[in-house]
Amino acid sequence: MLEIKNICKTFNEGTINEKKVFDDLSLTLEDGDFVTVIGGNGAGKSTMLNLVAGAYSVDDGQIFIDGEDVTKLPEYKRAKLIGRVFQDPRMGTASDMWVEENMSVADSRGHRRGVRWAITSKDRERYREQLKILDLGLENRLTTKMGLLSGGQRQAITLLMAAMKKPKLLLLDEHTAALDPKTAAKVLEITDKLIKENNLTALMVTHNMRDAIAHGNRIIMMNAGKIVLDIKGEEKKKLTVESLLAEFTKASGAEFSNDRALLS
Amino acid sequence: MELIFNWLGTLPGAVAQGLAWGLMAIGVYITFKILDVADLTVDGSICTGMAVCAVLVTNGVNIWIAILCAMLAGMLAGLVTGLLHTLLGIPAILAGILTQLMLWSTNLLIMGGKANIALSRIKYGDKVLISSGSSEIYVSLAILFAFCFVVIALLYWFFGTELGMSLRSTGCNLEMSRAQGINTDFTKVFGLALSNGVVALSGSLLAQQQGAADINFGRGAIVIGLAAVIIGEALFQKKTTNFALRLFFVVCGAIIYWFVFQTVVFIGLPTELLKMLSAIVVALFLGVPFLKSRVFAKKKKRG
Repeated sequence: MLEIKNICKTFNEGTINEKKVFDDLSLTLEDGDFVTVIGGNGAGKSTMLNLVAGAYSVDDGQIFIDGEDVTKLPEYKRAKLIGRVFQDPRMGTASDMWVEENMSVADSRGHRRGVRWAITSKDRERYREQLKILDLGLENRLTTKMGLLSGGQRQAITLLMAAMKKPKLLLLDEHTAALDPKTAAKVLEITDKLIKENNLTALMVTHNMRDAIAHGNRIIMMNAGKIVLDIKGEEKKKLTVESLLAEFTKASGAEFSNDRALLS
Repeated sequence: MELIFNWLGTLPGAVAQGLAWGLMAIGVYITFKILDVADLTVDGSICTGMAVCAVLVTNGVNIWIAILCAMLAGMLAGLVTGLLHTLLGIPAILAGILTQLMLWSTNLLIMGGKANIALSRIKYGDKVLISSGSSEIYVSLAILFAFCFVVIALLYWFFGTELGMSLRSTGCNLEMSRAQGINTDFTKVFGLALSNGVVALSGSLLAQQQGAADINFGRGAIVIGLAAVIIGEALFQKKTTNFALRLFFVVCGAIIYWFVFQTVVFIGLPTELLKMLSAIVVALFLGVPFLKSRVFAKKKKRG
């Protein structure tokens, strides 16, 4: 479903701040894979997601989504294949617009936006049904400004919007990191549900090792721009935080350097 | 008693000014509030609207076609600003200033090198819709009101469509808009063209109302537009979130602005000071929310 082929990326090339993030990184996701990504600070987790989404362009290599070469496609054109949720709850939705207006913007993803009336009563009914799935009482707040909702509520709606058009690929960039533990658990539960119901292929970056082990069918661990661990299926189910840390040290020859991951 | 009567006599004129400028303020609202861009093109495009309308009418073209052409010329100006901003990566505010400067030359060219073209109803009769004098003020008011009504209705419809929604979300959140597949460069250019089209429409009506097109008209227009937007928002913001009503309040803001203007003139304050006053009022209104938030932040820390 997703194929990253030998990509390279260096930021600020030729300056004193030059930072080589990837040198020949490859990764393939099968149809229906739900991959959790974990790794130390500066390992390149978010950069990888941003390169796939098209927020940055790659220096070298290719990216395929569902067999289509998207390497040269601008971010907004890739959006028809990709659903995204960001770390900052404010980033995934428009604060000054209503809940239903935000959902309508997501609903138009992938087709030409013309002068068709955006929200018909039929659409509104559909949005209401989808919001019910979240079980947060948001189905009665269609005309509430997004900015008035809590971080968890916004993140849940962003998820819904990302999954709305059944994207080929769902990218979740630490989407529970800014939430309190209880809300984070709820949002993760919704994530699982949406991925399962829509049979989505997903890539989820997280700083929480327990979450990374508990969710998805495959886990990859990154260090300094390389994938140092790739565990799937039955083997993944047996993992514990301790065994994962031990594996990491063995594979990378370094201590795991992510304070947040160790503390949580 | 006579004084009050005279003062009341200036009111219809203020309302007419307010309605015509209200359209211009709606244009400013589209860029400043919806797209979140401070577009200075309007100082030039309002004059472009005037110039195109005046030149075409004095050359015997039908007034409706002249107004339409004025709008198209304004949209073209907005397009130039939009392309300077998106294709060349020039900051929006600077792109607007550059287009504004280009427009000064362009407007002079349109007007055939003359700084002023008269367009009075006395001379051109029914070829002009709105009278510049006070003789047919109520007819003028009705026509101007109709223009405002139609423009607000059309914009209300437009911003409820998928395309309109994508313009709004572009102004709200760029990252989210791109992630949702919106070509934000396109929506920005589109919004700037739309805004300047409305501003030029306002200019074409003002040319008739003033009875002339003037090359220096429009200097500082952005401040009047912003003042109208801010007054309308300050007075009526809490009342509704309905978009059509908000646009209507912008027009009300413009009317109030001109009402105050006329009163100040009536009292006998030197008119040279008016632009200074407008600028101070806008600066205050723009600054107050910022100062407020700072004061509250400090209080919170102490508490």
